[in-house]
Amino acid sequence: MDVFLQQLVNGLSIGSVYALIALGYTMVYGVLRLINFAHSEVFMVGSYVSFFSAQWLGFDAKQPAAFGYGRALLVLVLAMAASALLGVAIERFAYRPLRHARRMTPLITAIGVSILLQNLGILIFGPNPRPFPMIIPEQRYELGGVVVTNIKLLIFVVSAVLMVGLTYLVQKTWTGKAMRAVSTNLNAAKLMGISPNRVIAMTFVIGSALAAAGGILFGLDQAKIEPLMGVLVGLKAFVAAVLGGIGNIAGAAAGGLLIGVAEQLTAGYISADYRDAITFAILIGVLLVKPEGMFGSSKIEKV
Amino acid sequence: MMRGSLVLLLACAVLLSFGCKRKRSGTEDETGPIVIGAYLSMTGSMATFGESSARGAQIAVDEANAKGGLLGRPIELVVLDDQGRSEEVGNAVSRLIDVNGAAAIMGEVASTLSLVAGRICQRRKVPMVSPSSTNTKVTQVGDYVFRACFLDPFQGYAMAKFARENLKLSKVAILKDVRNDYSVGLSKAFYEAFIKLGGQIVAQESYSAGDTEFSAQLTKVKALEPEGLYVPGYYTEVGGIARQARRLGIKGPLMGGDGWESPELRNIGGADIVGSYYSNHFASDAPSDRAQSFIKIWRDKYGTAAPALGALGYDGTLMIIDAIRRANSTEPTKLRDALAATKDLDAVSGKVTLDPNRNPVKPAVVVRVTDDGEVFEAEIPPG
Repeated sequence: MDVFLQQLVNGLSIGSVYALIALGYTMVYGVLRLINFAHSEVFMVGSYVSFFSAQWLGFDAKQPAAFGYGRALLVLVLAMAASALLGVAIERFAYRPLRHARRMTPLITAIGVSILLQNLGILIFGPNPRPFPMIIPEQRYELGGVVVTNIKLLIFVVSAVLMVGLTYLVQKTWTGKAMRAVSTNLNAAKLMGISPNRVIAMTFVIGSALAAAGGILFGLDQAKIEPLMGVLVGLKAFVAAVLGGIGNIAGAAAGGLLIGVAEQLTAGYISADYRDAITFAILIGVLLVKPEGMFGSSKIEKV
Repeated sequence: MMRGSLVLLLACAVLLSFGCKRKRSGTEDETGPIVIGAYLSMTGSMATFGESSARGAQIAVDEANAKGGLLGRPIELVVLDDQGRSEEVGNAVSRLIDVNGAAAIMGEVASTLSLVAGRICQRRKVPMVSPSSTNTKVTQVGDYVFRACFLDPFQGYAMAKFARENLKLSKVAILKDVRNDYSVGLSKAFYEAFIKLGGQIVAQESYSAGDTEFSAQLTKVKALEPEGLYVPGYYTEVGGIARQARRLGIKGPLMGGDGWESPELRNIGGADIVGSYYSNHFASDAPSDRAQSFIKIWRDKYGTAAPALGALGYDGTLMIIDAIRRANSTEPTKLRDALAATKDLDAVSGKVTLDPNRNPVKPAVVVRVTDDGEVFEAEIPPG
């Protein structure tokens, strides 16, 4: 039982990171009907920016003593800002010129941007993994045989807060209303005086900032980052978005958690060799049985 | 048009005559230097491997020349860069044989590259010694291919013996990289030896190179209460495994093979990897007099600690020099026979005796990871 609970806790923690990234996929799909494959590289850049800003602020991989909440928060803000900027730049220079092209064109562009950023990452940051600085000193708690660290708890909390905040933004604010309007019908939204370019840019800002938050949490948890870290994590987050119903925020969150737990239980009880296989088996299953995903339907509003 | 091809033909003829001339000066002319040809990765992602090996080889050649050379002739080490690419290996080895007239060939570190060169040397009947390719297949290419290092299975055996007899462990779990032949080979050898020595393997779990999340396997392993964990992977994943194992509360040492050797291991593993052990070819603080004098020469010449690959580059070259001396000739068949008869050669990584399959029977060292490096822990004799 202890072992099962431990696997569950670890699965939920990885799942939260998938969920944060899945939100970015699902939001962009909601407004543009585009799968933004470069999103996983925004996640990677987010963790590298936090790596360098943490170093700049005096954090060290081996010195947990040198830490402060204010500076840790600053690292988060810097990484989110830099990633948001990158996300907007990708939209402005790679996707906007193709706004009226056929749907396949921006999709292939997205894959191209993704590969470009991966290789730029290798070129600029070097191919070797880097130890992630201990922005927050790690503490272990043991509750009846189950080990939880403050980092894992933080992952839950930060993910939950960001997701609740996002839901509020989409449902209760003018920006959210504009996003939903563009998502439902771009031309009608334009006639109502909404600027689609601004709304789309805003979507990229929010999605990319969430990916950066995921990047920091992932770096903290895994203790190392590398230029190709986004590839597999991003792909799994994408599967989570599809599983939840692409375009649906609650679906992305639920999909992320489910994929995380499924993966962990497969690795724990069947074999670690099938860890990645299970994710893609789920993808195939969803596409065959319920292509609109758990929460998706053609009626539901998409953001 | 006609003129152009004539010029080309002339140029070829000139080049060819150069080639012939150089070749004769190497092997047949009895007065020029004896050439040992090394093909190594001097540039590219494995450049540090090539540099260490070449530096070790140069020390061996300098020492022999200081003692008057061989057969009354000086020795010359010619190093050609293969860029760590198998398609360049062929060019480099052919040039060493044809243009430089190498009496014997020394190289490579990566087994895949040594396999390519081994086939060429076998066909051309020029003896080759690989300093540090540990894959079993390398010397199976033919009777002209030798090596200076032990094989993958021996490392698994050495660590099992160390775990059982020095650390007195009785229950150990294995975590191997299933996509890597090296890791699977070491695990298999460790498993067999540890059970034979009366120990128990409580779990055999796997991961794949590139994974970052190991908690599922480690949670399973922890429930079986092992006293140690054998992780014969590359340093890229071992650091993360160490961290996640300690976080879940797995105590006892982690153990591995020479794939752990990198400063990155301690950067990523931090305090969690300290106190772990791995097997290697050579320790940069090995206590034997032979190793100590080599370490001192290396430090005086290059200003750094001597890496294992440097020691093996030295040993591989020493095997060739020793064989030429005993054969009293650079004639390929005589040299080959002398190499095959290498016995109790006093090399820096231990005494080298070749078995009938042209692989050395020699000891391994076990080092312990500390806060600022690795320290020598034990020497495991061949068994």
